[in-house]
Amino acid sequence: MSILIDKNTKVLVQGITGSAGKFHAEQMIGYGTQIVGGVTPGKGGSSCLDRPVFDTVREAVEETGADASVVYVPPPFAAEAIIEAMEAGIRLCVAITEGIPVMDMAKVRDAMRGSSMRLVGPNCPGVITPDECKIGIMPGYIHRKGKVGVLSRSGTLTYEAVWQVSALGHGQSTCVGIGGDPINGTNFIDVLELFNEDPETEGVVMIGEIGGTAEEEAAEWIQSNMKKPVAAFIAGQTAPPGKRMGHAGAIISGGSGKAADKIAALERAGVPVAKSPADMGRTLVEHMKG
Amino acid sequence: MKIHEYQAKDILRRYDVAVPEGIVCHSPDEAAEAFQKLGAPLSVVKAQIHAGGRGKGGGVKLVKSAEEARAAAEAIMAKPLVTHQTGPEGQPVKTLLVEKGSDIDRELYVGIAMDRDSARPVMMASSEGGMDIEEVAATTPEKIIKAPIDPQAGLRAYHARYLAKAIGIPDGQIKTAIKFLRSLAQAFLDTDASLAEINPLVLTKQGDVLALDAKMNFDDNGLYRHPDIVEMRDLAEEDPAEVEAGDAGLSYINLDGNIGCLVNGAGLAMATMDIIKLHGGEPANFLDVGGGATPEQVAHAFQIILRDDKVKGILVNIFGGILRCTTLAKGICQAVKEVSLNVPLVVRLEGTEVEEGRKILENSGLPITTATDMTDAANKIVRLVS
Repeated sequence: MSILIDKNTKVLVQGITGSAGKFHAEQMIGYGTQIVGGVTPGKGGSSCLDRPVFDTVREAVEETGADASVVYVPPPFAAEAIIEAMEAGIRLCVAITEGIPVMDMAKVRDAMRGSSMRLVGPNCPGVITPDECKIGIMPGYIHRKGKVGVLSRSGTLTYEAVWQVSALGHGQSTCVGIGGDPINGTNFIDVLELFNEDPETEGVVMIGEIGGTAEEEAAEWIQSNMKKPVAAFIAGQTAPPGKRMGHAGAIISGGSGKAADKIAALERAGVPVAKSPADMGRTLVEHMKG
Repeated sequence: MKIHEYQAKDILRRYDVAVPEGIVCHSPDEAAEAFQKLGAPLSVVKAQIHAGGRGKGGGVKLVKSAEEARAAAEAIMAKPLVTHQTGPEGQPVKTLLVEKGSDIDRELYVGIAMDRDSARPVMMASSEGGMDIEEVAATTPEKIIKAPIDPQAGLRAYHARYLAKAIGIPDGQIKTAIKFLRSLAQAFLDTDASLAEINPLVLTKQGDVLALDAKMNFDDNGLYRHPDIVEMRDLAEEDPAEVEAGDAGLSYINLDGNIGCLVNGAGLAMATMDIIKLHGGEPANFLDVGGGATPEQVAHAFQIILRDDKVKGILVNIFGGILRCTTLAKGICQAVKEVSLNVPLVVRLEGTEVEEGRKILENSGLPITTATDMTDAANKIVRLVS
C-alpha cells in the first residue's frame, strides 16, 4: 500500500513535447511509471517517446484510461491545463510548473470547488511511491521502499530528508511535495490524513517553511487526530521579515509566518522538531523508537 | 514588485477609485509650481519611496504657500529619508507627490491581500484608519472586518455594503463607498496585485470617499501580462545585487553575516542559512541557483556573492537531483578560476553523479575544502571564517 499513487497508476504528461516535459517523461518511464500518453494542443496524432500525443486531455483519457496527469505546461497556460484535467475526469493532477500567477491559482481553486480531483502543487517536485510510480522531477534513485512518509513544501529539502531516511536504513512509503506557492491544491493536513489511514506508513517526516500558517494548522490536526509518529523541520529560522525567500509563499509578513511560531505549535502538539536540517531523518527514527 | 504611491494612485484613477488631485515633482521649484497649479489653500508634499512610515520619518509635510512647498521639498530631498522600514542608512528621495489637502472628517482603513486559506483575495476594512494595521490586528482584531473577493466576479455589492456599514460609513456616503470598494477590488484583480492598501481611506466633510494614501504590490509571476506595471519598477529602490541576480535567473537576498551561501532549491537554501547559524556562524545571503543551473549561472552567482565585502568564506550546498553534481563541479571550477577566489570555500555535494563531481573538485588543484554532509560543511566553514 501507499498513498495517492502505485504501480497501477496510469499517467498522462501534459506538455510532453516541451523540453522539460519530454526530459522528465523519459525519466519517469525509466523509473517504471506507466506513462500512457501525452497532451500537447496542436500535436495530436503524433507520438513522443513511443507514447501517443493527444490534442486534449479528454481524448487522451478516452483512449488510454489514464487516471493521473502531470503538468509541465509553461506558467501562462498551466492554470487552464489543470482545469482541463479536472473536467476530463483525472483523479490526481500533479502540477510541477513553477511561476503560475497566484490569481490564476485562485481561479483554479474556484473552478475545483466540488470537484473530486486531487491537485498536488503547483511549484512542487511531485509524488513518488518507491519502486512503483514516480510522478514529478525528483531523482528516483535516492528513494527506497519502506514505511516512512515524507511530506514537504520544498523540493531539494525533500530529497535531503529522503536521503537521510534511506541512509539510516529506512525506506519511504510515499513522498509528497505539496509545493512552495501560497495557493496550492493539497495542504499538509490532506496528506497527513492519507498517511494516517495508510497501513504501510509507520511514521512521517513533515518539512515546512516560513510563510502562512499551514504548519500551525497541521500541528493542531496532528494533536487531535494523528495515530502515527510525526517529526518535523521548519526552514527559514534565520530569514529576515518582509523578504520573499525564493518560494513565492516563503515570506514573513506582519508578525505571522515566523519559523519560531511554527516550531512552538508543533512542539506543543508533541511533534519533535529537528533543530538542524541534517537531523530530519534521525529525529523521526528516534521518535518512532519511542 | 513594489511601486510608488503616485503610481498606485495612477492605476487606481484608471479604475475610478477616487484619489486626491496631485502633481508628481522632482525638485523644490517644481513643488512650488505644483502648489500654485493645484490652487488650494492647503497642500501636502509627500516623499515617494517604497518604504512605509514616511509620515513619522518626516517625509510628509503640510504646506500653505508655494514658498512653504519649496522649503518642504528642499528639506525632504536634502538627505536620505529614514523610516522604520528603510534601515539606518535611509532611502534617497528623488520624487515627490504634491497633493491638494483634503477636508478630513474621518480616517478609515481598507486593504486587500491574497488569503491562503480560502484561496481568494480578501478585503479587510477597519474603522481604525491611519494606524499601523498590524498593530490593530494584534490588539483589537475585532475591529478588522473581512469579506471575500470572488476572483471571477469581483467584490459583490452586498459584501461591499456589509463592509462599509461595519466600519461606520454614514448612510449618505454608503453608495459612494460601495463603488469605491468594488472599484478597488477590480483594480486588484485586473493587475495581479498581491497587496492593495488604502491607509487612510478618508471621508471628507464634502461627502467624498478618498484614497489619501495608496500602496500596491504585485505578484512577480503575473508581471508578464502587465508591461505597463513593469515599466513602473524603480531600480533605485532595490538592492543592486538582488536586481543583477534576478536578471541572471538567480534568487538572491543580501543579509548581514559573513558566510556566503550558494545552494540549489529555495527550501535547502533557507535550511543552509539555518544550519550555519546553528553552528555559530552568520549567513551573508540567501542564494538559490535553481534546478537547471548552468556552469555560467554558477560562476555568476560566485561573482555576486564575492562582491559583498562582508563575505569571509563561501559554503556551497548542493543536492543534485536534476542539477547534476558534475555540472555543478564544473561550474565551481570555472568560477574559482575566473573570480580569483581569496576566501575559503567549502563544498558539500550529494545526489546525481556525486562521485564524478567530487573527483572533478579534487583533481582541479583548486583550494576547495570538501564536506561529507551538511553538519560537516557548516562546521568547516564556520571554523574557516573565524
